[in-house]
Amino acid sequence: MKTIASRRRPLSPNIQIYRPQLTSVLSIVNRVTGVVLSAFAVFLVIWLSAAATGPQAFATVQSVIGSWIGQFLMIGGVFSFFMHLCGGIRHLFWDAGYGFHLRTIYASGWAVVIASFLLTGATWALSTYMAG
Amino acid sequence: MTAIALIPLTVWFLASVITLTGRDHAGVVTWLRTPSATICMVLLLVALFYHMALGLQVVIEDYVHSGARFPVLIAIRLGCFALAVTGIVVTLRISLGG
Repeated sequence: MKTIASRRRPLSPNIQIYRPQLTSVLSIVNRVTGVVLSAFAVFLVIWLSAAATGPQAFATVQSVIGSWIGQFLMIGGVFSFFMHLCGGIRHLFWDAGYGFHLRTIYASGWAVVIASFLLTGATWALSTYMAG
Repeated sequence: MTAIALIPLTVWFLASVITLTGRDHAGVVTWLRTPSATICMVLLLVALFYHMALGLQVVIEDYVHSGARFPVLIAIRLGCFALAVTGIVVTLRISLGG
């Protein structure tokens, strides 16, 4: 008879060897985008402060946004925003007690991903149109 | 609660920023001086930084287990508070300034 110590015991899943799934990835993404958006929140205050300081300071901040790296960061920020927004709405449905069937969880998860891409594209298209 | 408030407020902000694309300082100031924009911006700043403090707190509590935890949590609280106050003050300066 095997002793307890020598029996093969189940190991707890370790994140490094755990197969990524839509559910876990989106959970992590919601967190990461939240942290990323914190940096953009700081930038919002910088933007407002520049606007309050005067046209010259505001033009400097606007030129940073207008640079290619600024544009790249803004698109990333908008995508993070939509991922966090859509993911957050998904969480609010869960908080209200809806959408817990596994099929629904996967459907809403893919909806979050697809909607975020589409909304980011729409934002980019609209702002490009507005810029003329 | 802050999440629900932030849905309309952030969408309003993004929509506003899209329409402001390409506008200069005067255009942005004119926009922010309208009463609805001032009110929405102040509400956005309050909800945003409260939401950010709560969110970052959870992240720190999950990953920081050393003695640094408490000071970091305090720093996040104070930082978010300072950012919210700064944002509100500059918004009101734009809105009410001469």
